[in-house]
Amino acid sequence: MSGFDFLSTRFETALGWGRKFSLFHYPFITACCGMEYMSTACAHFDIDRFGAGLTRFSPRQADLLLVVGTVTHKLAPVLRTVYDQMLEPKWVIAFGACTVSGGIYQNYAVVQGIDKIIPVDIYIPGCPPRPEMVLDGLLKLQDRIQHQKQDWRWARKP
Amino acid sequence: MGQETLIEAIRKTLGPAVEGVADSFGDTVLILRADAVRPALAALREPPFDYAVLLDLTCVDFAAAEGRFELVYHLYSMARNVRLRLKASVPSADPAVASLVGLWKNAEWLEREVFDMFGVRFDGHPYLRRLLTYEGFEGHPLRKSYPWRLEQPRIPLKDEA
Repeated sequence: MSGFDFLSTRFETALGWGRKFSLFHYPFITACCGMEYMSTACAHFDIDRFGAGLTRFSPRQADLLLVVGTVTHKLAPVLRTVYDQMLEPKWVIAFGACTVSGGIYQNYAVVQGIDKIIPVDIYIPGCPPRPEMVLDGLLKLQDRIQHQKQDWRWARKP
Repeated sequence: MGQETLIEAIRKTLGPAVEGVADSFGDTVLILRADAVRPALAALREPPFDYAVLLDLTCVDFAAAEGRFELVYHLYSMARNVRLRLKASVPSADPAVASLVGLWKNAEWLEREVFDMFGVRFDGHPYLRRLLTYEGFEGHPLRKSYPWRLEQPRIPLKDEA
């Protein structure tokens, strides 16, 4: 291992550390799971303890997309647009049974899991999930961010 | 006005438009002829009945029955604090009924919803267009004949894993 590789590995670790504790999230809330999102985000469970407390209401300033609640076929193009507007690096959490798989709905209206529209990093099942499960999902995402290959502006591309 | 006298008065006013009277958990239900819906509700809106509010309009699909689609109207009288339910059946071939938009403004969206979900046409509606589903949606999803679990995506979906 050359000196440069060692340095760049340490740099990527630092970059991952910085990224996982500064998640700006965009809440895409459509249904009752929003209540659970609110209690997670507010003082009782306090998502801010994990560095994900800064909510951005513009997808262009966010790097974590929280899809909370049922997504219908009518809404699907909107979700796709919101995801496309986010800047890299970006991550997606599917929050609740409806976003994971369509949940209790299987009919003409509901998309059977948002992974049919956009890529998903973490799935949090539950109808709705407890805030503890959401925080657990967030920690799993942070672990994933820390250990993934970091992309940055002057990174050497293969 | 007692229940019996009310039904008697309505029968006298509407005449043959009333095909029957039923009781549903203590609420009066009138069964109307489909072609008499609009004049009947126009009469019920005026005194002495005073059913000034159209609370709801919905529909039921009895797939096997002769009068396949049953429209259900809910009226409410603010002056007397009573409710009245009316039903009218329309056949499955070209289901149509007169629009109530001239009587109640809120009938516009209620009728659009029934049109969207059941495909019942409302003659005289100024803007009969889908309300809940999107442009390009084919069929009427709450009909019993709508294919089970048929989805109509607007954007291409990823294949099943």
